Amino acid sequence: MSDTLARPLPSAGAGRPSRAPVAVFDWLLALAVVALVAVTARAIWFTPPEAMQGEAQKIFYIHVPAAVMGLYVACPLVAIGGAMYLWLRDDRLDRLAESSAEIALVFLTIVLVTGPMWAKPIWGAWWTWDARLTSTLFLWFILLGYTVLRGAIEDRQQRARYSAVLGILAAMLVPFIHLSVRLFRTMHPQPIVLAPEKPKLSAEMGMTLSLAFLAFALLLVALLRARLKYAALRDRVEALEMGEA
Amino acid sequence: MSAGGTPGTLAVALLIARKDLAIEYRTRSAFFASLVFSLLGVSIFFMVWDPSAVRPIDIAPGVLWTIFAFAGMLGLHRAFGLELQTRAMDGLLLAPVSREAIFLGKALANLVYVTAVLAITIPAVVLFYNLEFGSGLLILGAIGLLAAIGLVTVGTLFSSMTVHTRFAELLLPMLALPFFIPVVVPAAQASAKLLVGADLATVMPWIQVLVAFDLMFGVACVLAFPFTIED
Repeated sequence: MSDTLARPLPSAGAGRPSRAPVAVFDWLLALAVVALVAVTARAIWFTPPEAMQGEAQKIFYIHVPAAVMGLYVACPLVAIGGAMYLWLRDDRLDRLAESSAEIALVFLTIVLVTGPMWAKPIWGAWWTWDARLTSTLFLWFILLGYTVLRGAIEDRQQRARYSAVLGILAAMLVPFIHLSVRLFRTMHPQPIVLAPEKPKLSAEMGMTLSLAFLAFALLLVALLRARLKYAALRDRVEALEMGEA
Repeated sequence: MSAGGTPGTLAVALLIARKDLAIEYRTRSAFFASLVFSLLGVSIFFMVWDPSAVRPIDIAPGVLWTIFAFAGMLGLHRAFGLELQTRAMDGLLLAPVSREAIFLGKALANLVYVTAVLAITIPAVVLFYNLEFGSGLLILGAIGLLAAIGLVTVGTLFSSMTVHTRFAELLLPMLALPFFIPVVVPAAQASAKLLVGADLATVMPWIQVLVAFDLMFGVACVLAFPFTIED
């Protein structure tokens, strides 16, 4: 299978002999997708629905792992990669920050789409301005700004420095958004539609959730690896073009 | 990086702020643009407001701080946009002064500018919505100043970053607005409390958020600024 799918990248100049073939097919990414499909199938057909929330609760198997991986793994990597770049000036660290930001954006998009899908039948509203939701939404906006900023700067070093600064400031901002919205909500009593207690997961549900975490962790690693590879190749092509010009 | 010896950071910062404000005073472009924007903003909010459904004291704080965030931002681009003309920034960077002083100078000029806009927007909102602040007006002024400091520190840093990018005017609000949330939310909440006659102790948690934001982002932006103008 790898022979049929592995093909060399198109060479930069026409008529030039192509270099060593680079495998486009990514085994790890394929494995992650298979794991994700498997865990989704398990959640839909082989895991019993939760007594109170019914089928809607199954969104949790996607929503929670995506949130945890996006918010607590990918997002911190953006700030850490940026801060380390400013210190060590290693292009690989900038690529780590850049790749993590895109992956975090994807994961947070999943969170922000699946969240309201669950909230509508359970809370009776698509969205509530609760601290956690609000900070996630604004973090998503910042990550979007981060990618737009990167696209708006030509110079590689300048781009790396600017995005590092933004990444670090964003990391500092999240607790503030969380705090201001939480203060804002606790000071004003809110009508409570439903106070969802932490669902007591049965062994089967717990297993599905654990497998979902594994699948999402695998997806994160696979996406990061693929994105880093792409960024390294892109930078090499850029360097070659600069050298040849 | 620091010049050492020669004029102190604060003296240089004041000099740069004076230069920027002199330019602004002679052209009055950004200030009038922001002023007209904020007055138009207050009027538009007034038009879309249903007085029979929502009381003025419920809507006025939101109007005030929304306009403050947007009007303040209108002028922020100017801080470094000015320096692009005839490559004035190069001259500034070649001068034997610390980068921190340049940032502080720019931020100071912006602070004067944003405070001036606020000083006109607050009375305009008070007038339009027929508000009674009473003794709370002094606390509101202090909150306004704290909010302005938060807005200009982050805004000045992003202005120096976005000015070199392709879509500067679009990128600045995109990057800066999420950072204004911890400034606008406490300011709006505190003014809402002041309007119903709350005392200083009640609004203290909000003031603490503003002070913490100003301190943390003030330090972070001063430290980060040299990275944004490195050659």
